[in-house]
Amino acid sequence: MAERTVRSPLPGTFYRRPKPDADPFVNEGDTVATGDVIGLVEVMKTFYELKADQDGVADRFLIEDAGAVEAGDDVLVLRD
Amino acid sequence: MIRVHEGGVRTTVQDAGRFGLYHLGMPPSGALDDYSFRAANLLVGNDEGAAVLEATFSGPTLEFEQDAVIAVTGADLPLKVDGEEQPGWTSLRVKAGQVLSFDFLRAGARAYIAVAGGIDVPVVFGSRSTYALCVIGGLEGRAIREGDMLPVGDARPAAAGRTVEERLRPALPKEVELRVNMGLCDYRLTDEGRRSFLESEWTVTPAADRIGYRYRGGELSFVEREQPFGAGSDPSNVVDLGYPVGSIQVPGGIEPICLLNDAVTGGGYVTIGTVISVDRDAVAQSKTHGKTHFRAVGIDEALAARAERRTRLDAIRTALT
Repeated sequence: MAERTVRSPLPGTFYRRPKPDADPFVNEGDTVATGDVIGLVEVMKTFYELKADQDGVADRFLIEDAGAVEAGDDVLVLRD
Repeated sequence: MIRVHEGGVRTTVQDAGRFGLYHLGMPPSGALDDYSFRAANLLVGNDEGAAVLEATFSGPTLEFEQDAVIAVTGADLPLKVDGEEQPGWTSLRVKAGQVLSFDFLRAGARAYIAVAGGIDVPVVFGSRSTYALCVIGGLEGRAIREGDMLPVGDARPAAAGRTVEERLRPALPKEVELRVNMGLCDYRLTDEGRRSFLESEWTVTPAADRIGYRYRGGELSFVEREQPFGAGSDPSNVVDLGYPVGSIQVPGGIEPICLLNDAVTGGGYVTIGTVISVDRDAVAQSKTHGKTHFRAVGIDEALAARAERRTRLDAIRTALT
């Protein structure tokens, strides 16, 4: 079965936390619901919220905190 | 009219630009990738400078309330009409009620969506271009969003299925070389600073938009001096001057900023060089984390590049008109 993933619609820098000293939006093992913010993508001097487009359990992040992300990249793998 | 279901991350109305007011502090705005912009208009039978939509990184979702002929050029942003993939750089007939949408960006950064008749927003100071910083032009001076209605001008009869051949489309490389005419203030750089500027590999930071592109990679040192009267105290300051569009300034010597179509028109930072007009199209199609090199060229090479580009546009004009 193909893995289910949350993809970034934007290129930019991916952040897992709302600010550097805060907890991550989502930890691996957390339950994620459609519409939950799983991270931020910084581009054009703006932080855009990256939201889950499906329900699941966060299995693992494929982009590290503060890592570069391209449009269409898989960011988070979800499991049932 | 065109109904906006989703605006995309930042989609604005742009035409050829707002000229003649630079001395008053009004930048030109206008399509950042001028070549792709003109090609889009030519494909749908518009005047080359007609207003189009400039979509950044992601496309809008648009429903046409009337039959239309459209074309999408610029970035490789796959387009769909009623969910079915359609070719870019090609004029397409869209029927009333059909929906244009886009997949994830594959290459480049900015796509141009032309509609026969042009986007008929009010002309402000001679242009329909959006200048979002001052909230003028375009649709209410801002990016389009869900619920907006975009008026379409009267179209000349336009044919579907016209296409720009591959060789006349811009390459959209991940790594770009930008040709720079050095000056006005490159005399302020040390030899080492100049070397660092021209030999470093620079990366586009997330601070990159229609106003300017900020780069990271090298460090630039300035010749020591006692700052003249009227200049700020930092070595990267000079007495105020006008900034050419495409000029590169380096506040603090750390991160060069290439000023683009929506930028401030003058000020007190050293401009070490100016990206030649042809290569501003390449800046427009580069994006955050993209690699960039700067190469110094003389004015002759810049003008030759401009002539070569005119020849390419002429080839499109001849094929389509």
